[in-house]
Parts: sequence; C-alpha cells; structure tokens
Amino acid sequence: MTGSLMGSPDPSGRFGEFGGRYVPESLVPACMELEAAFAEAWDDPAFHDELDAVLVGYGGRPTPVTECRRLSERLGIRLLLKREDLTHTGSHKLNNVIGQALLAGRMGKRRLVAETGAGQHGVATATAAALFGMDCVVYMGEVDTARQALNVFRMELLGAEVRPVTSGSRTLKDAVNEALRDWVAEVDHTHYCIGSVMGPHPYPYIVRELQRVVGEEARVQCRQLLGGADPQWVVACVGGGSNAAGTFAGFVDTDAVLVGVEAAGGAAMGHGVPGVVHGMKSYLMQDEAGQIEEAESISAGLDYPGIGPEHAHLATIGRARYEQATDAEVLDAFSLLARTEGIVPALEPAHALAWVARQAGKEIPHGATVLVTLSGRGDKDVAQVRDLLA
Amino acid sequence: MTEAPALVEGRLEAHLRARRQQGRKLLVTYVTAGVRADWVQVVQSVVAAGADAVELGIPFSDPMIDGPTIQAASVEALRRGTTPAGVLDAVTSLEVEVPLCVMTYYNIVFRAGHRRFAQSLASAGVSGAIVPDLSLEEAGEWCREADDAGVATVLLVAPSTPEDRVARICARSRGFVYGVGRMGVTGERGELAGSARRVARRVRAATDLPVCIGIGVSTPEQAAEACLDADGVVVGSALVRRVLEGASPDEAGEFVAGVRGRLDAGA
Ligand SMILES: Cc1ncc(COP(=O)(O)O)c(C=O)c1O
Repeated sequence: MTGSLMGSPDPSGRFGEFGGRYVPESLVPACMELEAAFAEAWDDPAFHDELDAVLVGYGGRPTPVTECRRLSERLGIRLLLKREDLTHTGSHKLNNVIGQALLAGRMGKRRLVAETGAGQHGVATATAAALFGMDCVVYMGEVDTARQALNVFRMELLGAEVRPVTSGSRTLKDAVNEALRDWVAEVDHTHYCIGSVMGPHPYPYIVRELQRVVGEEARVQCRQLLGGADPQWVVACVGGGSNAAGTFAGFVDTDAVLVGVEAAGGAAMGHGVPGVVHGMKSYLMQDEAGQIEEAESISAGLDYPGIGPEHAHLATIGRARYEQATDAEVLDAFSLLARTEGIVPALEPAHALAWVARQAGKEIPHGATVLVTLSGRGDKDVAQVRDLLA
Repeated sequence: MTEAPALVEGRLEAHLRARRQQGRKLLVTYVTAGVRADWVQVVQSVVAAGADAVELGIPFSDPMIDGPTIQAASVEALRRGTTPAGVLDAVTSLEVEVPLCVMTYYNIVFRAGHRRFAQSLASAGVSGAIVPDLSLEEAGEWCREADDAGVATVLLVAPSTPEDRVARICARSRGFVYGVGRMGVTGERGELAGSARRVARRVRAATDLPVCIGIGVSTPEQAAEACLDADGVVVGSALVRRVLEGASPDEAGEFVAGVRGRLDAGA
C-alpha cells in the first residue's frame, strides 16, 4: 500500500486487499491505457484548469454547505449539508462525468457508454456528451427505466440513446455488465464512463479523485461555519460509494467519525462477504456458491449488491463505519427534510439523513456537529414517493 | 517460442498435442452445465461426434464476457438450481475419452477457495480450467494451486493484447492457449473476424502450445477458416443455441459432427 489513507492504490490497483483488475484480457490494455492517461492528466495543471473551469462555469461549483436550523433544533445536533443537489443535473455525478469526458477526449475517444441505476449518472453522462459533442449510450435495467421514466426521457432529450437491460435482475448490476460488454466490443473508440468508485483499476481511484472536490470544498466551508473546527461526524450514503468516497477524502485525516449509509436491502458491507465482480474484489452480496444476489431497495441508485473496494478497505481497517437505513426510515427522512428545511432530497442521501435522524441523541451525542452530503435532489423521486405514500 | 511450460505436461496438453501430432485440427465444444436435465448426454453426444475436449460452463449470475445465448443458458441453468458442486458431482461419474475443462467466472473459484476448487476439479476428473475474468496479473495464486492439483489453467490472448503480454500469457498458460477471435462477447456471428487468424498467428509465434480460437466461431466454414492459422477452435454459442432451442443430444452431436467433418476435410 503506497501513500497515506485515501492516497493512490498500490501498483496492482489495491486498497489493502481490495480492488485489483479482474477483467477479460480484451479489456486489460484499455484499463492500462486509461491508467496512464489519468496519471498524465492528473499531473497536468492544464487538465485541472480545464476541469475546474467547466465545474465552476457550467457545473455550478462550488456548492454551498447549508446549516440546517430547524432540523438541527429538532434533532438536538448541529447539522450541516453539503449541497451536491445544487450541482448542474442535480447530483454529485456530474463531477465525475466531466472529468472522465475530458479524459476520454484526451485519449481520442468520442463515444461514452455508461450504466445507470437511478438515472442520475446516465443524465450526467448524457449531459457531458452533449456539452463536448460526443456520442452517448446509457444502459439501464428495465426495472429502473420503469421507475425512473422521467430520467429516461431526460437522457433522450440530451441526445443519448438509452438501452433497457433485460438480463439478470434488470437493475444496476446488470446495466454494469451490459456496459462492460459494449466496451469490450467498441473499446477502440469508446470510453466506459463508470458511475461510481467501482470496477477494475483504475476506475475506483479515478472516480474518487474526481469526487474529492466534494470533501475538499466541504472541509473549508465547515471550518468557516464551525469556527475553525471540523465536523465530528461525516455521513454519506453509499451505493457504489462515490459521493461518500469524495466526501471522506476531505476528512479522512481529521478526527471526524466517517459513516457510510447503505440501503438495508443493498448492504454489501452489512450483508456481504469478499468476492469479485465487475472487475474488482470487494464486499458483495452473494450466496454460498458465489452467485451475486440482487439488491432490493426503494432507491434505484443504491440497488447495488457491491461496494467500491476502497470502502471495503476503510471498513476493514476501522477508519469508516458502514450502517444501514430501511426504506421506511428513508421515506420519513425524505419528508422531514422537505418540511423542516425546504429541501427535497434524493432518496439516496435520504438514507444518510435517516441514519442521522435515528442516531441523533443516541450514538450521535446531543450537540454534536454532523456533516451530511446531500448527494442529489429529489425531483426524480417525487412521483415514486407520491405513489409510495398514497 | 519463449519459456516452455515449467511443469509436467498435464492430461489436457498431452491429449491435444497428441491429436495435433496426428494432423488433426482440434475441436473444443462448450456446453453450459445444467442448462437442461440431459446436459450430460449432450456432452457425451458431442464427444462421440468428434470433439477433442469439452468445456463445461459452470453458470455464474453475472457472465460479463458472454453474449445473449450463453447468458440465457446460464440463467436457465441457475433457475434449474445448478451449483458448482452439483456440476462436479455429475462430472465425476461421466465417462468420456477426452479431457474436460471447466469454464467459469472467478467469483465461483474465489468463493470456494483456490485450493478447494482446484482439488475438487481434480477429484472430479477435470483437467483444465478457463476463468476469463482472471487476468494474467491476478491469476498467480489460482494458477499455483491449479498446477499443484494437476489442473491446467488455460489463459486467453485477445486481439488487443500487446506483443510483450502475448509472450507472458503464453508462458503462463497450460493445456492450450485460448485465442480470442474478436473483440467482443461470446455469440454467433455472420463471418469470422479478421482478428481471429491474426491472433492465432501471434500466439503461434510465441508458443508451441496448441492454440484454439474461440468467440465468434459459429459455423463449420468459420471453424475451417480459423484453422488456416490455428490448431483448433472453441465452438460455444452455436451449440448452446441449438440446445436452448430444444435440439436433442443426437441433434447437438450432428451439429458437432458437421464441424468435425469440415475440419477433417481441410482448407
Ligand atoms: C443522488 C445520488 N446519490 C447517491 C448515489 C449512489 O452513488 P454513489 O454511492 O456512487 O455516490 C446515486 C446513484 O445513482 C445518486 O443518484
């Protein structure tokens, strides 16, 4: 393991024992090319200038940290929200996608493929493709195209082709398989724009670095609000784990307790054991024989039976904790934030809020300072929640 | 040729070399284990029809390098309750005169444990293993256990593999070298990709091990074309599709006999 915590992975792409590059030989050279291209770009000030200019001038960065007044009072803690819901397209996914699209351009690739669950990553990828004049194909499980129909239309509006995936459980994990299959066949001119800190090396590292901006901004903003102090608790939801990884990267060297909150029905850390799928070794929900199990959650974005390998490592060494929230708690938290603060969260970060609401005054002591990354806005979920509450 | 395999030649390699020596083109057929109740009869029938080795697919929930046909077969086999242990049990009592390999994804191997999986293959009489998502860099531990158990780990060379890797993959491969005929997933194609023969030539230049081309070899003609440069072919989706469509073991055998006949007829 080289470097400090949340530094670069070892040369084999591992964080501790997790990560690696478990892909068919056809894709190994593409992963190596990407690794080299990212290393070069990330060392190049011109790349950072270009990326920052897009994130600021187009993406709306920096996003604020909002101090919740009424909800803090209600919970008896001091609650701060990192507002990724205010990023263009409505979630943190844009940070990653802009970076990968610029990287694809540097590699001479003009076609992006992506998987999507909730549709947020697909929308972000379609957006970047439109912005940079690239072709875009998004794979989305058939179950998800139904429950996130509005996002399907948004992607099409942005000029992307959405291909419903009918294999396996027809959710996010199968969309990842389909995107990988596309990539194998089209790798010469296609970049696989993966949506979270998962997949074969170098993806978990690239995506975390591109999301690091969330944590780095938040750290400075929290210090301003907290009189120079860091928050005592830093909490984010975890599907693959990109908003959490980006957030944690800003606080891993502080005293903050880092908490990732999984969906109870998709809890790879909670219910999984180590295994290998989608190119990485990590914790996975699977049966005795090694068949991957289907996640089941109210939130399409957390319906993933795995977790990024760096989270598996942070959990193993005890630097971060992984907790769960149930669908019912999540619906309560969704409404709670809307009514007390006038912010409708996406169902995914409502998991982080739900855990905080449950633990405030219990594990989280009265008066503690808590930062939650609000990874996205809830517009996409409003229709689903209406039906669920009816 | 680079380094010769450091090990005693296993059964798979010995068998394939001997048949190549006789001037025969090698035909490896893939069958998804458990796809139907009579899958074992399908295996027997394709062997009787002239397969030189059989690749048994142990189904996995997330077969990322497989196209629609083998995906469907995997789903069906899993629906029928197929497990790795069940497949190996069935194989233990299977008497065929050609070597058997398993083809499965790495999580199945990892979950069982390297040593346990290798030993369970050996005791079931399986002489080779193909694990397509286990790249050269990740393969070390498994390969050592497989070597110790006398199971040949067949590695893959792709059209995208750079030259120096071809040599390293061939040096680590046992049994034969699997040349990936085209960039893409398994499945039938209208014609053999130009990359298929190129890959065969590149592997040939790097090793004396037999080289078989698979992925996108779907017809007797395509098999013969690939064999202009390769020692043999792996035929999977074209056979599995017939099985999924209800071909009897005899009919599956007839298809394989057709490929066999075309290969024996020469170029
Ligand atoms: C708003 C939002 N938050 C979180 C996630 C989960 O992804 P990750 O765990 O990579 O942050 C998604 C995924 O779709 C999302 O849309």
